[in-house]
Amino acid sequence: MSTLIKGADLLGRGRADVLVRDGRVAEIGTLTAPAGAETVDADGLILLPGLVDLHTHLREPGREDAETVLTGTQAAAKGGYTAVCAMANSYPVADTAGVVEQVAALGRAAGYADVQPIGAVSIGLAGERLAELGAMADSAARVRIFSDDGHCVHDPRLMRRALEYVKTFGGLIAQHAEEPRLTEGAEMNEGAVSAELGLPGWPSVAEEAIVARDVLLAEYVGSRVHFCHISTARTVEIIREAKARGVDVTAEVCPHHLLLTDEAAHSYDPVFKVNPPLRTDRDVAALRAALAEGVVDAVATDHAPHAPQDKDCEWAAARPGMLGLETALSITVAALGGPEDCDWDTVAERTSRAPARIASLPGHGRDPEPGAEANLTLVDPSESWTVVPSELASLSQNTPYAGMELPVTVQATFLRGRATVLDGKLVEETE
Amino acid sequence: MKHLLTTKQLERDEAELILDLTGQMAEAVSGREVPKLPTLRGRTVVNLFYEDSTRTRTSFETAAKRLSADVVNFSAKTSSVNKGESLRDTALTLQAMGADAVVIRHPAAGAPQRLTEWVDGAVLNAGDGTHAHPTQALLDAYTMQRRLGGIEGRTVAIVGDILHSRVARSNIWLLAKLGANVRLVGPPTLLPNDIDAWPAEVSYDLDAALTDADAVMMLRVQRERMNDAFFPTTNEYARLFGLDERRLALMPDHAIVMHPGPMNRGMEIAARVADSPRATITEQVANGVWVRMAVLYLLLTNGASA
Repeated sequence: MSTLIKGADLLGRGRADVLVRDGRVAEIGTLTAPAGAETVDADGLILLPGLVDLHTHLREPGREDAETVLTGTQAAAKGGYTAVCAMANSYPVADTAGVVEQVAALGRAAGYADVQPIGAVSIGLAGERLAELGAMADSAARVRIFSDDGHCVHDPRLMRRALEYVKTFGGLIAQHAEEPRLTEGAEMNEGAVSAELGLPGWPSVAEEAIVARDVLLAEYVGSRVHFCHISTARTVEIIREAKARGVDVTAEVCPHHLLLTDEAAHSYDPVFKVNPPLRTDRDVAALRAALAEGVVDAVATDHAPHAPQDKDCEWAAARPGMLGLETALSITVAALGGPEDCDWDTVAERTSRAPARIASLPGHGRDPEPGAEANLTLVDPSESWTVVPSELASLSQNTPYAGMELPVTVQATFLRGRATVLDGKLVEETE
Repeated sequence: MKHLLTTKQLERDEAELILDLTGQMAEAVSGREVPKLPTLRGRTVVNLFYEDSTRTRTSFETAAKRLSADVVNFSAKTSSVNKGESLRDTALTLQAMGADAVVIRHPAAGAPQRLTEWVDGAVLNAGDGTHAHPTQALLDAYTMQRRLGGIEGRTVAIVGDILHSRVARSNIWLLAKLGANVRLVGPPTLLPNDIDAWPAEVSYDLDAALTDADAVMMLRVQRERMNDAFFPTTNEYARLFGLDERRLALMPDHAIVMHPGPMNRGMEIAARVADSPRATITEQVANGVWVRMAVLYLLLTNGASA
């Protein structure tokens, strides 16, 4: 089976035809379609390596009313993703080889994107005893990233041990940086808006204190550390300084922290409730600059689907989190200067190559070149779209971008040469 | 004006209209043998209270009844915050029952604003979390107006737990809008982190803050704050931020002492101060009924038939 992608602009470097055969890129140049090959007209489109998400909540097992591995990976494919890392806070928690293997198997059965499970650092995400990290690493799901996401590994001794232990198999701790004593009862960013709205504040220093501590711990034990969804200007400075000193640290930023601010909470609409919370203009500007510069390595969605009753309520009663997979590329492009001015190579680096490296997914994050797995995404840089929650592939509709017009559309996504999305629509798996 | 959710959203002329109407309500009813006006006959006012507050609920109930409205008390012991029926489902029930106005008291900030999305009737915020309590601020303003002859140019010190106080949050915006100088006094732990944009000055020194104040508003310190490191001990709090007779003497002779109740005697306010003729505490309660009549009247008639 082969496909000829005709006339795409490869990462903005210039136009070429790309022949995909048996799941890999076979040839690049000025090509004619071989007999029996399908042709995809990519005139005016940008070809990127398939996007990789370091931070996805697929909700299965446990909350299949909010999302399933199937619907979550369909949303991923529509967003241009070919691989997603599934966070461990399912029910049961992904803290054993059995659960991570189940999630990986559901991903293979769905077929819309590779699903790489993330394992919990501690049993039940309780922050007390290490989960069997080695067993998850050795399992068929070959887990490399471990995270208690949703909870911070706040006990410094447990964090130190985890950072040391994963060196055995080249693992990585992805920290949800939140000093829990400073955020008890917190509902939104602590600042002028929380003061006015009377919602308990989540101070930025609760993130920064943990990032600073863990940079020092990772440096001390000679391990690497990754920070999930960083959200403040000061965190950027701490990471910039750590990288300059040679500490093996990486960080991700979420699209919503690149676009929205705590002013959105004035509506008291919990669709804007997320953890870490939306911050201020100053933080958004710092995160955008850090993304362009590379102090922030990757964009990660923190795609967090929620059932209607968990958002159609009072702010304090709502669960935190928002959808992200289908809007992430558009917002990344906007944050990097818009479709006319953004550097597509930087877009590819932050949304595909860097996350694939961080997640140890060698088949992903490869620029189109002969021999590489054909995990590819075609983007229309000149088309914008309006976000309509009911039209999203996700089972849930808690997008904070409803009604917003966003730049660039995903026209096609290829997972090992097979189209999961064509003409902007999901390809139903019927063959 | 469709709803009353916060004083921040009130225009100055709207606030003044409410205060004028409050005076009219007091006059209209006070002389009567039967203290009732027929204005809201046939209209249904629902009191939806998610927190126990007999004082506020009774005040609203009395106000509605004096305007001849039908009053339904819908006391909700549980909310979606603690796994009961969701606010939305309750709202749809009230909507189906044909509530013309819903008076809501809720522990979650923003609940009244959410409610406006689910009911057609007027929503009146009777206190939401630590966010707002607009009728309390209006009755405080009315009390000051009566006692001090006006609000423009007066200095009002609001003292205590500003961080957790919906009363303070509503008073600050309303008093500033009406031309008062607002001064917030409390320990830094009980002041919000970023209030540079608030129309108020901040002080940690109660003695100094009182010398030129026309009114002082003492806030209740909640029991649960006492064990959470906001201040070392209740004794130290009372010493630094409580209003005793010595401090009362620092104030100008005409200055008044206010408290939204219920009081912790001996904590934020000394018993003798609370009972002194300069305290307006029971007057505030009485004025609360007139203010709530004025607001219900305004929301349900748009000021059409007086």
